[in-house]
Amino acid sequence: MTQVLFKNRHPDRIATLEEYRAGGGYEALTAVLSEYPRAKVQQLALDAVLLGRGGAGFPAGKKWMTVAESAPFPRYMVCNADEMEPGTFKDRVLIHTDPHQIIEGMIIVGYSVMAERGIIFIRASYENAARILEREIERARAAGFLGPNILGSGFSMEISVHRSAGRYICGENTAQINAIQGKRATPIQPPPYATEKGIWNLPTVTHNVETLACVPHIIQNGPEWFRNLAAHPDAAGTKLYCVSGRVQHPGCFELPMGTRLSDIIDIHAGGMTPGCTFKTCLPGGASTRFLPKSLYDIEMDFDSMKKAGHRLGTGSVIVFDEKTCLVGATLNMMEFFARESCGWCTPCREGLPYMRDILARIEAGDGKPADIPLLRQMSRYVWNAYCALAPGAASPVESLLTYFEDEVQAHIRQHRCPFS
Amino acid sequence: MIPDDFRQLLARRIAGVEHPREKIMDVVFMIQDKFGYLSDELLEDAAGLLKMTPLEVEEIATFYEFIYRRPVGGHVIHVCDGVVCWMSGHASILDHLRGRLGIDFGETTPDGRFTLLPTCCIGYCDRSPAMMIDRKVYGKLTPERIDEILEKLGLDTEGDSDDTGSL
Repeated sequence: MTQVLFKNRHPDRIATLEEYRAGGGYEALTAVLSEYPRAKVQQLALDAVLLGRGGAGFPAGKKWMTVAESAPFPRYMVCNADEMEPGTFKDRVLIHTDPHQIIEGMIIVGYSVMAERGIIFIRASYENAARILEREIERARAAGFLGPNILGSGFSMEISVHRSAGRYICGENTAQINAIQGKRATPIQPPPYATEKGIWNLPTVTHNVETLACVPHIIQNGPEWFRNLAAHPDAAGTKLYCVSGRVQHPGCFELPMGTRLSDIIDIHAGGMTPGCTFKTCLPGGASTRFLPKSLYDIEMDFDSMKKAGHRLGTGSVIVFDEKTCLVGATLNMMEFFARESCGWCTPCREGLPYMRDILARIEAGDGKPADIPLLRQMSRYVWNAYCALAPGAASPVESLLTYFEDEVQAHIRQHRCPFS
Repeated sequence: MIPDDFRQLLARRIAGVEHPREKIMDVVFMIQDKFGYLSDELLEDAAGLLKMTPLEVEEIATFYEFIYRRPVGGHVIHVCDGVVCWMSGHASILDHLRGRLGIDFGETTPDGRFTLLPTCCIGYCDRSPAMMIDRKVYGKLTPERIDEILEKLGLDTEGDSDDTGSL
């Protein structure tokens, strides 16, 4: 299995700057700064079909192209390391593996949009990762890859680490921009888009950690090489899949984009925990839909998942077995979403606690048959929310009712949780 | 009141920044590291340094999980209640912690050493169940491992053997 982002992965230590450079690290940056027009960098990412790994799957090159040539300065390049989607830990593993590819990616993207201010936005529970990044940023600076006039190119950039203090909504692009400015982190509905007016109304390009880490490799090896890393011609690159829950070996694995779910679980995560049978999984974190067993062989890439009516999300597979109560699991997640709602808009602030209360009643054995259509209605209603948090929160509920209505019915009929 | 030398330390952190409020997290975390929590008085001081109104600081302070507006113990234990930890024994871990510390969520031990709080998924699902103490993560928790951790942090575990753990 070709390892790109994890090629310097060691079980017990972080790859050093020297090690990263020995494997070709910072050569892409050197080439870009000395001979690549900015448009060429953007075109390479576009040709490579580099899609945003934070969950939205937006083409990275296209995002950079939306920063107008005439846009004001200074511009911002933000690395989103907030990673608060339940079940997701790939960015943490990546930072603890080979942090310089993230820093190099930020500088290359920064150059392509002329952003001289880099910010890594990181969650509070990743304090170790934050310290690693601060240390390695200093090392990159000492080696001449950051600071004024990088490698004599005339392009300057600084990167700083912004610590968050723990709130799911901060992973949302526009809420994060507010958080960076020291404002309450509520989302802002576009237009204008952040690439036009972001931090302090200046152009701001935000990418997930994994997306940025792909950039130097694309520059160095070309878009065709990158596309060919995938499992089939309709996908591109590798993907960091996280697997957790009822599997033998939970972990983060770099596999071709579009690897089948069955391979991810059976081969790479060592199969199910002994004594457990696969019931379902959330394929891309808590805000994706439960996947029925009939899709166990599905190819895990943005397009294939979308065609099947699902979302790849962050590619973080949470595996549930036959003995785990899905009403209980959904209640747990709805508790999370209700708590994390920023409170800005009514459908989310009021709708999610309401859905949580209905689920709690069902789980406690006090559910009524009418609760099922009510939950369905609420799952649709919360799509009226201001940002994507509430629709994401409704995904497990809606799919629970679609694929596992029997389980919900059993709770209501028996006036108790059949699993307890 | 923030002592003068510490105020200078905070001021240095903000110095040269175009928009001081961008540094609110750093300032609050530095204050918490020193004083444990963000009291009303400290909040007002921080607001002055950041050129914000106390209300603006309050808006942010009450928004986040790891900013404490009430007194906390010397060690703040955040137990992950994410869905993966829920599946892998969060309830029994929590029971064990409650039993050992003799407190519930939101409470502090009478000796002021430990505060128990929940936290959402902390991103250590490959090592669930997990918890965070003083921003350090502990994974693959069992009652035995929890006892070891608490002992290292100064909890006297001798004598009280009423172990609820049935793993």
